[in-house]
Amino acid sequence: MSALTDDTLPVTPRAMRDEMIVFAAMALLLALVPFTGIYPFFVMQALCFALLACAFNLLIGYGGLLSFGHAMFLGTAGYVTAHALKVWALPPELGIVIGTAAATLLGLVTGYISIRRQGIYFSMITLALSQLLYFIYLQAPFTHGEDGIQGIPQGHLFGFLDLSKPTVLYYVVLAGFLGGFLVIYRTINSPFGEVLKSIRENEQRAISLGYKTDQYKLLAFIISGTLAGFAGSLKVFVAQNASLTDVHWTMSGEIVLMTLVGGLGTIFGPVVGAFVIIAMQQYLASYGQWVTVIQGVIFVACVLTFRRGLIGEIAHFLRRSL
Amino acid sequence: MQALYAQLLVGLINGSFYALLSLGLAVIFGMLNIINFAHGALYMMGAFTAYFLLSLGGLGYWWALIIAPIVVGIFGMILERTMLQWLAGLDHLYGLLLTFGIALIVQGVFQNYFGSSGLPYAIPDYPQIGDWRGLQGGINLGFMFLPIYRGWVVIFSLVVCFATWFLIEKTQLGAYLRAATENPTLVRAFGINVPRMITLTYGLGVGLAALAGVLSAPINQVRPLMGADLIIVVFAVVVIGGMGSIMGSIITGFALGVIEGLTKYFYPEASNTVVFVLMVLVLLVKPTGLTGRAA
Repeated sequence: MSALTDDTLPVTPRAMRDEMIVFAAMALLLALVPFTGIYPFFVMQALCFALLACAFNLLIGYGGLLSFGHAMFLGTAGYVTAHALKVWALPPELGIVIGTAAATLLGLVTGYISIRRQGIYFSMITLALSQLLYFIYLQAPFTHGEDGIQGIPQGHLFGFLDLSKPTVLYYVVLAGFLGGFLVIYRTINSPFGEVLKSIRENEQRAISLGYKTDQYKLLAFIISGTLAGFAGSLKVFVAQNASLTDVHWTMSGEIVLMTLVGGLGTIFGPVVGAFVIIAMQQYLASYGQWVTVIQGVIFVACVLTFRRGLIGEIAHFLRRSL
Repeated sequence: MQALYAQLLVGLINGSFYALLSLGLAVIFGMLNIINFAHGALYMMGAFTAYFLLSLGGLGYWWALIIAPIVVGIFGMILERTMLQWLAGLDHLYGLLLTFGIALIVQGVFQNYFGSSGLPYAIPDYPQIGDWRGLQGGINLGFMFLPIYRGWVVIFSLVVCFATWFLIEKTQLGAYLRAATENPTLVRAFGINVPRMITLTYGLGVGLAALAGVLSAPINQVRPLMGADLIIVVFAVVVIGGMGSIMGSIITGFALGVIEGLTKYFYPEASNTVVFVLMVLVLLVKPTGLTGRAA
């Protein structure tokens, strides 16, 4: 029934090998970035969004659930981590753990509410829930409203990794991204992931086979929210602030756009999409609101002519799953 | 007590906009199977059309009330013909993504030229009959002071809502429409041009949004992002009420507006969030929505 991925390929040992090769190449390329003179801040930011988009893609690409509120995990984990570092003066590793745990908890609560409806209603509910959180954060004292939490100390990870040094921070963020990516990859290729795909294809049949589909969807939602939160916690160290823009619906839209550009339901698509969109924002920053217009045009163009996305088209051309 | 009545009136006005917008969303969803994310942007275009008609063409409010829904409706029909129709048969989610993109484009273009601040739009001061100066001024009802324009918005919205309900539930055209929602193939076999009906339906739904935009222009000012946050609240209204029935959309819209108004009086901190909280409660108690069949 689902038309999202009309040409799903079976997972074969060869496909797995291909994917591991691409993953190794990606890891190697990213590890070399500090030696190339590319502005590391840009790549770190893109890596955070890449992990965020991958987490989002776990839901839409493999569970058929389009969340239009994933910014709430980014923002919540960001605020909690920032608060833990600045006000409670906790070390970075604890800040990340607490921020990510907050996202997990949020995933449990919002997932429990939103999976009660399917399809288009699920999207509207997640959007409304994230807007609810936006207004709460707008009024809550600890977020400092419009100003956000500024000047967050980066500190020493595990006591000896000085995160204020760009190169150290870069490798920490890269390790976090690769770790999160592997968790998602493992989830997709586990028996749990297979059940998730069967729910996407035909939920009624999955129920008739005895699977409690609501529990699977809830768990997928929690995993996705947790990893999105992890990305949000990492982003705090890169941007050194946590603000309302991270919880706004425009951010949720950008996450959707990144994944759509790269390819819904592809493994590497969200990473490519995140780099494309972040680079675009970087280069077009001086054009003000035209960036929004261009993003809208990309949305329209992708949906009308380019539904497989960049990686999806390549995978389709090569007849491989990527 | 004065303040309570005033907030109730504000609630009824917001409820009018919720009702008009969720009505349009429901009608469009019935025929096109698309959740129209661009609805907020088209509502904003309605208000801007009124603004342009006045500032460029010298045509006032009463003209705008007729012309703006037609202009925006035609714009919507062009969108449907050039883009939305190609989504038939695809997953519903693509419709949401496409119309989200359209909303970004429309809002972005307007933001470029008009920034984020509001443009004033005056309450019409004609026709002048005796002491009446159009819709300006107010009436003292004894228990409260009723600004005429605000009363007008509520009553006019109610009339439009029920006219739409009548059109769809009680007329021949509405019968075709409902039949085409159930089974388009069969209706086509009877010789009815279903694609043209789909286009007209989208135009109608979008026209209602533009009408709401014109109504809101003198109250909320004309701003490029006036529809952006509103549409999310309307989504929550739609989740609460369900999209199965026209009357359900109207009643839920007005009821939620009133509840929001009451919240503004009794606990103002929660006035932004009360609709979303109610949505959560409804989902926990009755997941299919108040009037809804399962979707």
